[in-house]
Amino acid sequence: MEKSLMTGSSGGASSWEPRIVAFFCNWCTYTAADLAGVSRMRYAPNVRVIRVMCSGRVDPQFVLDAFAQGADGVLIGGCHPGDCHYVEGNYKALRRVEFLYRLLEDLGIEKDRLSLVWISASEGDRVRVAVNELTERVRELGPLNLRHRYEELDREVEIHDRHSRTPVRPSEEVATHV
Amino acid sequence: MPSQNGSVRIGVYVCHCGFNIASVIDVEAVAQFALTLPGVVVARDYKYMCSEPGQTLIEDDIKEHNLNRIVVAACSPLLHEETFRTAAERAGINRFHVQMVNLREHGAWVHDDRAAATAKAKDLVHGAVLRVHYHKPLQPKRVPINKAVLVVGGGIAGIHAAITVANSGKPVYLVEREPTIGGNMAKYDKTFPTLDCAACILTPKMNAVRSHPNITMWTYSEVVQVDGYVGNYKVKVRRKPRYVREDLCVGCLHCVDACVFKDPKFPDTFNIGMNKRKPIYLPFAQATPKVVVIDPEACIQLKTGKCKQACAAACERGGINFDMQEEIQEIEVGAIIVATGFQPFDATRAPEYGYGVYPNVYTSMEIERLVNASGPTGGEVVLRDGTRPKSIGVVYCVGSRDERYNRWCSRVCCMTALKLSHLLKEHTGAEIYNFYIDMRAAGKGYEEFYQRILNERVHFIRGKVAEVCDWALDPSEEGKLVIRVEDTLTGYVRRIPVDMVVLAVGLEPRADAQEVRRIMNMSCSSEGFFLEKHPKLAPAPTYTDGVFIAGCCQGPKDIPDTVMQAGYAAAEAMALADTGFFEIEPNTAHIVEEECSGCKSCVDLCAYKAISFNEVKHKAEINPVLCKGCGVCVASCPSGSIRQDLFEDEEIFSEIEGVLATV
Repeated sequence: MEKSLMTGSSGGASSWEPRIVAFFCNWCTYTAADLAGVSRMRYAPNVRVIRVMCSGRVDPQFVLDAFAQGADGVLIGGCHPGDCHYVEGNYKALRRVEFLYRLLEDLGIEKDRLSLVWISASEGDRVRVAVNELTERVRELGPLNLRHRYEELDREVEIHDRHSRTPVRPSEEVATHV
Repeated sequence: MPSQNGSVRIGVYVCHCGFNIASVIDVEAVAQFALTLPGVVVARDYKYMCSEPGQTLIEDDIKEHNLNRIVVAACSPLLHEETFRTAAERAGINRFHVQMVNLREHGAWVHDDRAAATAKAKDLVHGAVLRVHYHKPLQPKRVPINKAVLVVGGGIAGIHAAITVANSGKPVYLVEREPTIGGNMAKYDKTFPTLDCAACILTPKMNAVRSHPNITMWTYSEVVQVDGYVGNYKVKVRRKPRYVREDLCVGCLHCVDACVFKDPKFPDTFNIGMNKRKPIYLPFAQATPKVVVIDPEACIQLKTGKCKQACAAACERGGINFDMQEEIQEIEVGAIIVATGFQPFDATRAPEYGYGVYPNVYTSMEIERLVNASGPTGGEVVLRDGTRPKSIGVVYCVGSRDERYNRWCSRVCCMTALKLSHLLKEHTGAEIYNFYIDMRAAGKGYEEFYQRILNERVHFIRGKVAEVCDWALDPSEEGKLVIRVEDTLTGYVRRIPVDMVVLAVGLEPRADAQEVRRIMNMSCSSEGFFLEKHPKLAPAPTYTDGVFIAGCCQGPKDIPDTVMQAGYAAAEAMALADTGFFEIEPNTAHIVEEECSGCKSCVDLCAYKAISFNEVKHKAEINPVLCKGCGVCVASCPSGSIRQDLFEDEEIFSEIEGVLATV
């Protein structure tokens, strides 16, 4: 299992690799990821880290956008409860993630694709574990392929429209005012 | 794409970092790939981007190709962002038009697979390239620096830091939890390797603190709250009541003599409980300030209110005040030096050594007091029954280098144990057996000291002690403590009967280090010592600007290293104060007024009360002085009308788009 984590994204058709976007807070988790590097820990190359000052900056839209743009998993890393550099930003992240879990399920996205972890600046090894765990979990869930899913929906709507001749969706003009 | 400064022209620079990055990531391919991205005019790879030629490369390109955005794919931005921002600024573009991509710590150093690591590097560069399109010119924010410095902890680290800062003419507050400054060092008898008396070298420095015109010394006090930011910290200090007025007490000790307890009855904490003291006491002869203190847990008056108060009557200056209350003092300082020290390893945690079970098992700290002329026995080394030990075993690495307790080497115990071997030999003439794993004598004059002790007819046995017990196998072991050890140099398991066992206990973080860390908004490393900003190049600054650490609270170290780090922390604090200002990231949030719907959902979210609601305009307002730039409100605004400089929505959305663009 550990071996499969380390394989690259190049290769044949069966070589699908999970794509993980991570939002790490500047003070704790990003620094821990730096420490993991300095300590030469090895983890799955599937993660792409985006630095924010605080996990509280992570807008739920960032997470949804990442899934929409093709991410198979999203990892959010913040300081431990009580340790936030900005007092309580991580608690806000926690609430947003709880909200996102519900939203994701409604959208048909497995909530296991989103993970929130508390990693302090000294816990380089927890970065390794968190990235590997989420990568592995997402690998088991398979590709999310949200773009493709919507393409299918769009096609269905199109077919329906063609047959019923009455548009189901509001016109573009109306939509822009919503 | 926005066209704020005309068209966006990006230069991308991929660093080899010698072989650090280039051995795992195909840096050339990454640079080639960058050339295909929108807005990229130049893309290069270079051996060391942070070197002067590397920076010049960027500066020349900026001028020659009229670049206005720079992406540097190298190491962590926490390391070199400042370098490249400054280079860009020198070439005439705004310093915040630079974005770094972390290819080293987050790439080459954590991956082996060249193809996967290169693919990841390309994605990250893609994200940064799309991101910089949205970067706006910003100005760093300058905050003024209050010149006053707070030093927390009055051990040798805090004392040295306080004197150094005060000598430069800046006001210093020294806050110490105990009734006297001096810390652990005040308890030592002699110091290795020179064997000069700890009190003789420390006392003058303690006096210097007390008499320094720039130092306000608050003993028996604790920092309870720190607010504010670099240069402008607001600190609350709790001053515990000592029931004796510092301004009146002259340390004559008439009150101690007069106390209704004719004999000392309570454990003397300075002597690790090996003798007794009265409820009213001076911690030790050289205590600074030389002001007595009353222990509220022991004093009859404070416990029951029914004492004839002989001490108060004996004080001709009227210095005793049983009604003294705890006070909270508020001070404002620009920098904080945390020097809260260590605690010795609690030897009862290692039950195999019998501390607390066999009365004649001592810790090294207890021996320091026992051999000291002002110690519990006046410097007479005797066992708890009053007899002189004829044989002594010294056990090294107690609580250190042990997976069950602390994994680290405490650095000073070998030398402490050698020193105590010498002193015990000198005081008792006993046979001394040292049980060590490795002899760590790295330090000026340390190896020479070890050689000296080797020639003092002291025994050395290499092996980790398995057990200290009183189970005699033959008459020679009767009534003795038996040390069981494998002598790894001869390959035999040995039993050595001794009268006294000394455990060279290690150093560990103080029990409340986590609490202090939270108050100071610092981090701890995994073993619990305070975390420095960089393990090599910034071992006194922390990730919190304006907060510095010195001494054993950062990690185990000897007195010379402690003093050096304290001086370094003081120099950093002084440099900060002398600069007069500090530049902070302009990453604060602001409200786009036209878009704000006045829903107020952001107002309560701000942990710093930076957001208020303007009832006239019916809009939220952010005070840029109070805003710390976390972005919590930005993420919460339903109408997207709060923007955070450096972390705007567009910047992050484009980064997401970029890192996921390659299918």
